Amino acid sequence: MTPADLEFVAELVRRHAGVVIRADKAFFIETRLGPVARREKAPGVAALLDQLRRVPDPVLTRAVVEATLMQETSFFRDRAVFEQIGKMILPDLRARRGAAPLRILSAGCATGQEAYSLAMLATDLAAPAGVEIVAVDFGSFPLEKARTGLFTHFEAQRGLPIRRLLAHFDKIDENWRIRPDLRQMIRWEEMNLLDDLSGLGRFDLVLCRYVLGSLTPEASVRVVDSLDAACRPDGVVVVGAAETPALSAAFSPGGTRGVWRRNPAFAHEPIHSRA
Amino acid sequence: MNTVRTCLVVDDSRVMRKVAIRIVEQLNFEGVEAGDGLEALTYCRAAMPDAILLDWAMPVMDGMEFLRQLRAEPNGDKPVVVFCSAESRPERIRLAVDHGAAEYIMKPFDGDIIASKFEAVGLI
Repeated sequence: MTPADLEFVAELVRRHAGVVIRADKAFFIETRLGPVARREKAPGVAALLDQLRRVPDPVLTRAVVEATLMQETSFFRDRAVFEQIGKMILPDLRARRGAAPLRILSAGCATGQEAYSLAMLATDLAAPAGVEIVAVDFGSFPLEKARTGLFTHFEAQRGLPIRRLLAHFDKIDENWRIRPDLRQMIRWEEMNLLDDLSGLGRFDLVLCRYVLGSLTPEASVRVVDSLDAACRPDGVVVVGAAETPALSAAFSPGGTRGVWRRNPAFAHEPIHSRA
Repeated sequence: MNTVRTCLVVDDSRVMRKVAIRIVEQLNFEGVEAGDGLEALTYCRAAMPDAILLDWAMPVMDGMEFLRQLRAEPNGDKPVVVFCSAESRPERIRLAVDHGAAEYIMKPFDGDIIASKFEAVGLI
């Protein structure tokens, strides 16, 4: 991949998703764009990008951005975080909310492993009914996969304890499909995290992990603002272990690295001014 | 006390043992091997390992029979047993779990899967 082609793709991704592509990612991007080029019947990645330069087709642009951003993920990624969510955060929220529904946001859900991990934890609650998970991602391909709840032999073994696999999945040929009762807990939304998320309502628990680290500073501020606003006054925000979001002063570290609790004494308004 | 922990890899395939031993050594275990359940039992009687990666279908003595006999040995409850088998029928996996397997890996596997399962049972 030529530096000019890499810069062209990087600019598309920066503009459409606010994500920074590092220069050492050239090989990785070329691998990702190969299937897109084949689908478009372009003779190669360079030709595909030429085509896109000549005709800035929004559908193709989106396909290129999506393919570049696709992420590998696993069930219960960062075990300690899910331990805390399952053993402390969810039971505590359930006790405080009483019969009211518990709302969880999985922002940047990719192929759904995070959302399904949360659904599995919700089934451990004394009253699993009334847990609503909203999972948002930019990519229509990963979301489509997430929605099916179908995972390969390899995916079903990454991070997923065998007891969970037996309890929550059915074997279909060589794949494993998560059961309908868990699938029904999740609503999938195709949305850009840079867009206004307020239509989704407020959440008791907001997860946005391994997203902020790759964003431009401006995009990161915007997404953090949205997460801040999406969190209920006494809710919890969870980011990636090594990510340090500029959350408002209402948040303080809440245990495991990446977990932030909101103090309800703070008035509910985002700290950064909105564009 | 010896601080290097041992993982006994039990599989009738020499290639499979080699692959698995390389992976557990990357996870800082000392890898030792046995070609069937009886050999594994002999090893355990001499020196109880910390972890056992256990195939199911093997000649002489299969994994399930080995596990049953292991648990009857003095200190036989000590090793964390992780099955590693081509058997992927849920009811069969459940049987292994009910008989005291801490985790279960379905073949084919890779290093990430072994690492994630070892992490799940607190071995790493």
